[in-house]
Amino acid sequence: MAAISRETLLEWYRQMVLIRQFETQCDILYKEKKITGVYLHLYSGHEATGVGAVATLRPTDHVITAYRDHGIALARGMHPNVAMAEMMGKRTGCSGGKGGSMHLAQRDLNFWGGYAIVAGHLPLAAGIALESRYNGKDDVVLCFIGDGATNNGYFHEALNLSGVWDLPVVWLIENNGYGMGTPVEVASAQPELVKRAIGYGMKEGPRVDGQDVIAVYEAVSEAVDYARQHGPVLLESLTYRYKGHGVSDRSYDKMAELRDWQQRDPILILQRKLVEMFPDVEPELAQIERDVAKVVHDSVIFAEDSPVPTYEDLIRHVYVED
Amino acid sequence: MADKMLPMREALRMALREEMLRDERVFVMGEEVGAWQGTHRVTRGLMDEFGARRVRDTPISEMVIAGAAVGAAMAGLRPVAEMMTINFAFLAVDAIVNHAAKIHYMFNGQFRVPLVIRAASGWGDQATATHSHAPEPIFAHFPGLYVGCPATPRDAKGMLKAAIRDDNPVLFTESIALYGKPGPVPEDEDFVLPIGRSDVKREGRHVTIVTYARGVEWSLAAADQLAKEGIECEVIDLRWLRPLDMTLVYESFKKTNRCVVVEESLPRFSFGSEIAALIQDEMFDYMDAPVKRVSAMDVPLPYAREIELMALPNAQKVVDAVKEVL
Ligand SMILES: Cc1ncc(C[n+]2csc(CCOP(=O)(O)OP(=O)(O)O)c2C)c(N)n1
Ligand SMILES: [Mg+2]
Repeated sequence: MAAISRETLLEWYRQMVLIRQFETQCDILYKEKKITGVYLHLYSGHEATGVGAVATLRPTDHVITAYRDHGIALARGMHPNVAMAEMMGKRTGCSGGKGGSMHLAQRDLNFWGGYAIVAGHLPLAAGIALESRYNGKDDVVLCFIGDGATNNGYFHEALNLSGVWDLPVVWLIENNGYGMGTPVEVASAQPELVKRAIGYGMKEGPRVDGQDVIAVYEAVSEAVDYARQHGPVLLESLTYRYKGHGVSDRSYDKMAELRDWQQRDPILILQRKLVEMFPDVEPELAQIERDVAKVVHDSVIFAEDSPVPTYEDLIRHVYVED
Repeated sequence: MADKMLPMREALRMALREEMLRDERVFVMGEEVGAWQGTHRVTRGLMDEFGARRVRDTPISEMVIAGAAVGAAMAGLRPVAEMMTINFAFLAVDAIVNHAAKIHYMFNGQFRVPLVIRAASGWGDQATATHSHAPEPIFAHFPGLYVGCPATPRDAKGMLKAAIRDDNPVLFTESIALYGKPGPVPEDEDFVLPIGRSDVKREGRHVTIVTYARGVEWSLAAADQLAKEGIECEVIDLRWLRPLDMTLVYESFKKTNRCVVVEESLPRFSFGSEIAALIQDEMFDYMDAPVKRVSAMDVPLPYAREIELMALPNAQKVVDAVKEVL
């Protein structure tokens, strides 16, 4: 694999810092009751997986994920303003304030959305990939899957179908160790989740270190190339959720475990690498952090200043109107 | 162009074939739709004509049949997915209800889901409890989905073509008992019956019978019988449970002031409940009698023929209900 440029690495750094700061801000806004509702699942800790994986795609490729979707949306290029406005249920949000935190989407980025029914988006990924094959395109679908989602029937049906139809899907399990409160080993009879590829006659990708954006990028690149030319791949990224399952997660007593994972913080790892490779880079990193802080701050202002949806919005788009 | 006498399954096939010829994006997927020629022979010959790209045999995977069809539709194709029978669509309710019906709204109009899910529906000959559902009203509960249920071969062709051409997701049910029944079908390739338009299947002035799908058959048979006694029933086929077009029902009710609702499915929280509620809401000043309902009995369907038939609606039950409201 060709060396990754300084510019690219800095862009990944920027995206990861953006996701971290955005999520930290969401957490604060939730506590201030500016983001409301019962669901808010933060991507903090997962940044290297989302950024490294999405970076492998072309604009014509497709991305789809579950409800832990803020980081993926930002990595795919969604403007933080429209993402933040959606968090606050504003009319200017990417889904007009009708989707909320779990349902970010942006059609013109081929970001097909976050989905709140565990594993419910997997068949959609297969269908989107079918369109690519049907029309003789070589676009691929990158589908993020929670470890918990691998035990849902949709997982089986969608992976098997992608196998028999040779669909260009990269099935990427984000294994963060838990589905809500249930550890992988308790929920999955085969806790090495990527091994399930065998059952679908599918290429088995690696279990990659999900804290290392370069490792994720390399593994997913290979998978994407394979999917483009041949068919589906299953791979797994090992990561950790820093903020528990979601805002409702009060049982978060895993401080020791959290500290261990934070030793291998994805942003820290990339930072160390950058400094090692380019000793003069530190001022740039600091500048990125300041720039991102402003972007996130602006997104909050934008969202706060935005109008709430109207009665017309409430009744619109139940059906296609033209 | 002349009409042709065809059974409903062939009218449906004509619609599928015409739409596949007309629009490259239209394709068929489902269990046994291709090489096996379709469980109910609706898709017979299509694989030979269109090949495996456009007539796609799937594994026995209802969740992904419905869900992949949703994804393909979002991406710009126009899938016609078949559920071998509607009983198996229960496994796909999530994909249909949470995704097909919600995606356009939930993402604020960014995606469209031009999808048709066809499903054979209703009870057959002693198909027993798990295989004897006609649960169209369950699906009609959800905004975002259209639900079409044809009663004649002609309607089947025109309604299915409309469903395929529409940009909204449609659950399209086909009564198993009607597949083999012939009727005149227009050969015109542009014969399309607009979505959400109900139809007077027989005119009359004494009682309005509101029904759909297989209920039309029982209602017309009952009307024939009652006509001999001088009772004229107006039979209104709603055709679509969503969008629900009540205009013809209200017009008719203003004339008859009496109504019987006939449905193949169960009586609780049902089509009949909904129609009765709407009539008392909108037509209270015209009511001369309570609305009566003819439904299946409130039991799972048994195997033994004698008691199976006892549990199901039929023309005689419609006749009795009409006499009750007179
Ligand atoms: C079909 C379904 N069942 C249960 C839930 C409730 N639920 C929401 S998230 C979740 C855990 C999923 O864990 P995982 O797939 O590992 O994703 P993670 O939250 O770790 O990103 C559960 C059980 C749901 N949303 N959908
Ligand atoms: Mg998990």
